[in-house]
Amino acid sequence: MKDIIDHLKKRFPVYEIGEGPNGVIFMSVEAAKLVPMLTSLKANHGYGILVILSAVDWLEEYKFQLTYIVNNPEEKSDLGIRVFIKREDATMDSVHRLWEHAATFQREIKEMFGINFPGSPRVDEPFLLEGWDNLPPMRRDFDTKQYSEDTYFPRPGRETNDPAEYMKQKLYPDE
Amino acid sequence: MSDKQQNQEDKFLAPENRKHTVIGPEGEEIHVDPLNDYFCQDLPKVEAPYKGVLEKFLNWARSESLWVLAYGTGCGSIELPPLFSPRFDAYRFGVMMRPTPRQSGVLIISGYLAVKTLKRVIRSYEQMQNPKYVIALGSCTINGGMYWDSYNTINRLDHYLPVDVYIAGCMPRPEAILSGFNKLKERIKSGNAEGANEYVENLEWYRTNQKKVIKDWNMPPYNW
Amino acid sequence: MNIFLKIVFVLLGLFIVLNWGLIMTGIIRKIMARAGMRRGIKVYQPYINLIKNYSIRSQLTHGVMFYLGPVFRLSGGVGIFLFMPLIFGSDYWSNFSFTGDLILISYFMFFGMLGMALGAGEGGHPYSGIGISRGLAQFTAIEVPFSLAVIALAIQYHTLSISEIVAAQQGGIMHWTLFTNPLATIAAMLSFLGAMGHSPFNVVMAPQENPIGPPTEYHGTFLGVLQTNRAILHVVEAVLYMNLFFGGAGNWGVLILKSFLIYFWAVFVGMVFPRFRVDQSIPWLLKIPLVFGILAIVLLMIK
Repeated sequence: MKDIIDHLKKRFPVYEIGEGPNGVIFMSVEAAKLVPMLTSLKANHGYGILVILSAVDWLEEYKFQLTYIVNNPEEKSDLGIRVFIKREDATMDSVHRLWEHAATFQREIKEMFGINFPGSPRVDEPFLLEGWDNLPPMRRDFDTKQYSEDTYFPRPGRETNDPAEYMKQKLYPDE
Repeated sequence: MSDKQQNQEDKFLAPENRKHTVIGPEGEEIHVDPLNDYFCQDLPKVEAPYKGVLEKFLNWARSESLWVLAYGTGCGSIELPPLFSPRFDAYRFGVMMRPTPRQSGVLIISGYLAVKTLKRVIRSYEQMQNPKYVIALGSCTINGGMYWDSYNTINRLDHYLPVDVYIAGCMPRPEAILSGFNKLKERIKSGNAEGANEYVENLEWYRTNQKKVIKDWNMPPYNW
Repeated sequence: MNIFLKIVFVLLGLFIVLNWGLIMTGIIRKIMARAGMRRGIKVYQPYINLIKNYSIRSQLTHGVMFYLGPVFRLSGGVGIFLFMPLIFGSDYWSNFSFTGDLILISYFMFFGMLGMALGAGEGGHPYSGIGISRGLAQFTAIEVPFSLAVIALAIQYHTLSISEIVAAQQGGIMHWTLFTNPLATIAAMLSFLGAMGHSPFNVVMAPQENPIGPPTEYHGTFLGVLQTNRAILHVVEAVLYMNLFFGGAGNWGVLILKSFLIYFWAVFVGMVFPRFRVDQSIPWLLKIPLVFGILAIVLLMIK
């Protein structure tokens, strides 16, 4: 493991190498060098399985993070790679030529976060939300509760059952 | 229907369902309007029940032989296969699963309804014939349940379909579902289960609610 | 006999056969359920299903040909009944049988399936064509060993009239065709499994195979007619086999008992074996029952 990380540090601009949960090593890399690094990992070092591709919305720092987790089946080790991209007009290179199922991950991220992957097959088709015309719903500035109250009929009477409130109303009804 | 509404609904039509021209085998042009030619544009009528002893007898027969559409809409449908295993045996109550909506009389909405599923459920429900009943399983159909603040699931089922029996729980056990079937039988025998007629009478209201959430409506005015 | 009295007895016989068919279906389903360690349905449940289907309030039709499916099926079933002598030796219960009715009954057996093909093709379901072609192909393969057994019987008894075949089998159990011509009986009983629509040949009529099969779009009154026909058809086919191979019946009690036992043979096999695909069932049907049928004819020719 250590020599792979040294190898990658020499060739690609990786930074912030740390240990994540379950002993998986996570590292960050610049967005332009992601696809060469993943290609090199897949072709030269045997990391042939893309486990997951998911996104995180850092609203306060105004950027998106994409996380790729790749797995080496012979040595049974995982490696996590983070990429940070800007939040307006978010686009990223597509990795569907390395792993075909990445097209589905990218389609879901396009629908839920709004990050475009130009060139990925069928990335514009609706995946789960048919006819959606609002903000991409997984972004943190989309208010789910407000949307649900506006569109779907909330049954009246869904109030809190906080015992303190209840006792206060019972004992001191005037306040 | 206004022009603006028509254009909005045409946006989601499949290309073979729009008006187009087909070249015949001898070179003649045939203008095809699939929505009007292939789909029936009538709306259904209210079928009034018979009166007196005959209707009581027919209601008894309908309640003793409930054919359920085998469609698992949500996570509650995992409680349906145990119903037909030897321990709970729903066959002795007259309940049977049918694969097509034409032959079934009961639709079980098991659990949450995403908007995508709601469109397909509406299509299945409207293909069933009068008299038909709806059983709603789980608390997601009552008031939204666990997914009450989700952007994709509906909260109150009876604004979209007429419901006869609600069975509370998350998920209800097979014994609870059997007792729900008994309640449905009592309701049918007493003559109150006229969900199909209610749907036809209030079709405008149901359609408004449905079209408010289903934004890519590309189905005919009534799915016969 | 007076023609009006004859018609009255025919209708009475049809009524009895229909009721016995519905009750027999209920009993058989109960037995099948008990074999699977369940309590099972009520014995009179088929009646309730029929009443429910006939009392549907709104119904769809896909055109004129759509009606032909159930109508042809029912006419096939009732047609077999009309020309079948039920009770041997009784002029009242012999319906309209005549010399040569064996060929007519074989025709009626195939007639119903053809009507189903017409009706289901009009049904509007895009994959009904596949279901129909499967069903018809399998049914043709089922009819082949049965026809060979019928030909063997005709050669043996020198007649094509069912009443005379029954008459030739009287005089004790050893005179039954079962013992005088066992090969033809085996061929016919193996093809009986297919004609009854139970496992392993129920790829056309099983509920799990329904979405691609013929009766997908049939509901309400159409389905009621199909179910009525099924009840009649099961009983009269069992009665046909009883007349041809098992000595006929002298009174209603023996008829009910024998038809139940013959039908039970199909259920007995069906409970144990899974379903055949059509490309497995047709080669099987054209191998084993066909060989028995051909051997039966060859043996008779040699004698």
